[in-house]
Amino acid sequence: MERNQMHKHIFLMRQSFFDQGLLDDQFIQLEELQDDANPNFVEEVVTLYYRDSSRTILNIEQSLEKNPLDFNKLDNYMHQFKGSSTSIGAKKVKAECTQFREYCRAGNGEGCMRTFQQLKKEYAILKKKLETYFQQTRQAGPSETACRPRMN
Amino acid sequence: MAVEPLMDEPKDQFPIGMRVLAVDDDPTCLFFLETLLRRCQYHVTTTNQAITALKLLRENRNKFDLVISDVQMPDMDGFKLLELVGLEMDLPVIMLSVNGDPKLVMKGISHGACDYLLKPVRTEELKNIWQHVIRRKKFDSKDSNKSGNQDKHDPGSGGGSGSPGTLSDQNGKLKKKRKDQNEDEDEEHDESGRGDPSTQKKQRVVWSVDLHRKFVAAVHQLGIDKAVPKKILDMMNVEKLTRENVASHLQKYRLYLKRLNSMVNQQANLAAALGGTDSSYLQVGSLNGRDSFHTLIGSGQFRNTAFRSLPPGGLLGRLNTPSGLGMHGLPSSGMTQLSHVRNSSNSTNDQVNCQQVILPGNHNGSVLQGMPVPLELDQGQHIKGVTHARELSIPIDNTAIFPIPRALLDAKIGISSSSNPLLGVVNSPLILEQNSQVRQDGQVYGNQSSVSVASLNSEFSSLLPIHSSLNETWSTSAQSSGIESNSFPLNDCFKQPTLHHGNMRDDMPMVAFQMERNPCSASSVASMSTELQDIRTEMQCRASPISSNAGRHHSPPQGWVDHNQDGPYSNVICSSINSMISVHGSVGTLGQGSEPKNFHPDMDFNSIGQSSYFDPLYLKHDEVNKSTMEISLKLKQGLGDQSRPQGSYISGNFGSLEDIVKAMVKQELDNAKETD
Repeated sequence: MERNQMHKHIFLMRQSFFDQGLLDDQFIQLEELQDDANPNFVEEVVTLYYRDSSRTILNIEQSLEKNPLDFNKLDNYMHQFKGSSTSIGAKKVKAECTQFREYCRAGNGEGCMRTFQQLKKEYAILKKKLETYFQQTRQAGPSETACRPRMN
Repeated sequence: MAVEPLMDEPKDQFPIGMRVLAVDDDPTCLFFLETLLRRCQYHVTTTNQAITALKLLRENRNKFDLVISDVQMPDMDGFKLLELVGLEMDLPVIMLSVNGDPKLVMKGISHGACDYLLKPVRTEELKNIWQHVIRRKKFDSKDSNKSGNQDKHDPGSGGGSGSPGTLSDQNGKLKKKRKDQNEDEDEEHDESGRGDPSTQKKQRVVWSVDLHRKFVAAVHQLGIDKAVPKKILDMMNVEKLTRENVASHLQKYRLYLKRLNSMVNQQANLAAALGGTDSSYLQVGSLNGRDSFHTLIGSGQFRNTAFRSLPPGGLLGRLNTPSGLGMHGLPSSGMTQLSHVRNSSNSTNDQVNCQQVILPGNHNGSVLQGMPVPLELDQGQHIKGVTHARELSIPIDNTAIFPIPRALLDAKIGISSSSNPLLGVVNSPLILEQNSQVRQDGQVYGNQSSVSVASLNSEFSSLLPIHSSLNETWSTSAQSSGIESNSFPLNDCFKQPTLHHGNMRDDMPMVAFQMERNPCSASSVASMSTELQDIRTEMQCRASPISSNAGRHHSPPQGWVDHNQDGPYSNVICSSINSMISVHGSVGTLGQGSEPKNFHPDMDFNSIGQSSYFDPLYLKHDEVNKSTMEISLKLKQGLGDQSRPQGSYISGNFGSLEDIVKAMVKQELDNAKETD
């Protein structure tokens, strides 16, 4: 059936997130929190994340343009960004955040900028993928979200 | 923010319905946390601003059972919020952070967090947080008389309520009171005795300055490591004070000390050299409350504020503190103390101060004159105390001197002796400073002719003996100069500040130069202090050499050493220095708690003095020494009670150190006025 296929498709997509290291266990936690009371919890959280973090990304970008670089501020921004990325389980993004912070602490402006570019890339990739994922999930019907396959 | 209206969830259903306030600036995290908490069936209120959270809590503390807060927030540091909540509302607070660095966790704990969770938080973890609330309540229900054990007691929140048992009750009541009384920020200090305890079940203990002083003295006596609430309680012997009260207060005190420690550590170098105990004194000086003391001094020079920053009790306790904060700070220069009570910059300050002291001393000569030279001495130059007013005047600028006396006396003794022969005796403060300077200068005093110093108070020079080099120079210098100042007994010092001024002024510049020039002495002093700290005996040995001139009396130092637990070093140094030292020693002891230790043997400086290095100086300085002692004593004690009349020396018993100090300070102030 089409629906089954859709579900299967979604299932595989989700699986790939974990396999590729885009998402980690935290995402599963989010999914677990989703229930009848919060049917779209995961999507809500992720949406919130992207909305909020886009602002932070902008701030970081602006700060990176300044000269000389204010590493302290950058570190603070990144700390926050890392926090929210961790909350949704964005694994790769989180890794880039860590890297960025290390460069900040080392005072390596070059490294910061490079890492940040990488970070933005990962961030965008994940966003796109999740959007697709949620879209399809919604299309497939709410019942699908209930039967999360255990992917541990 | 979503406010959960249900507040009267039956307790038996606990933890269901537990009311949590979640604070996090990151909306994603906050939302996630909220959902998690709801999943655990708690009532959740969220806010992304710490300020709002505080407002909510203050409105009605009873609305919430638990607070969860992020560590890093833009409008307020999470730790600060933690402290405030703990102090004001006595609620359990859980910290959240992405960063799991042990240092941060430690910080959280020391600020009173009852738990520290890492983000992302898991449901399982949150499912257990209710235990913190229960634990607290449990203590509350227990009678506070019992050993409530404060584990659950957040240091901050413990506040004056002491017994955890009464926490909930008290909190509830307090909160109400608070609301009624509109006490807000003030609640931060439990001591302020918020609310009216009388109506509560448990009497809230107000940790007044006196009470705190007793507490600190007791802790000091026991030794910060060994101080247990029960013993402290016994020692304090205060009615209606329960073990829980003491325990919670002790907890807070320890936190405070830790923080001071970090500040002081910077200056530890100097302090270490000077002789550890000093720092504690210094701290004491600054802190305590001897605010009055400060006020006495009045001179803007004192960084009263700096001193004030330290809680009154804090300093006292510090004396003992192994952290040796004070000690470290001390070396930095009694001067630094003067200027920066904070101690944080002691080391740097010392140098600076010393110099400043000297120079300004000239100007201020008057200030020091009566001034708690001893204070300065403590820093390293207990001897200084002896320094005449003249010398004192110099340091007077440092105003800080006064507060230091206590600390200085103990610690400084060693230091001062090393730093300079400040002989000025009377103006020990000056001397102290000089000493410190000397240290910095690297023995300016000791070596050089410290003559200038000597001029000031050659006596001190002998004090410096700590450094062998110093010894020699000192003795000579001491003889040359110091002696004059010696003549005044401490008591007189005050009166004679003017006299000294004249002399001092002239001499001071010299001394100043000396001091400045001799960075070695300072260092030497510092080094001395370190030594002092480390090994009393060593000190004694050192003292010996120092007193070689005078034939040093080793005995006195010993005496001190024995006595001064806190400032054995100082004692040693002092003794070496001569009577001055003894004075200081006594002072030192005084500082400790104004307990006229048995140094008395030293006390007889006059007699001893002779044996001590300063021989020549000593004789003359006998009086001075004595006065110095007294002054130092006073200084030490004076910090606490400025009310004593100047004339009330301790007469050999450092007991009146405080008086002395006070008197000195007063004198100084007066003099300052005069001079200015």
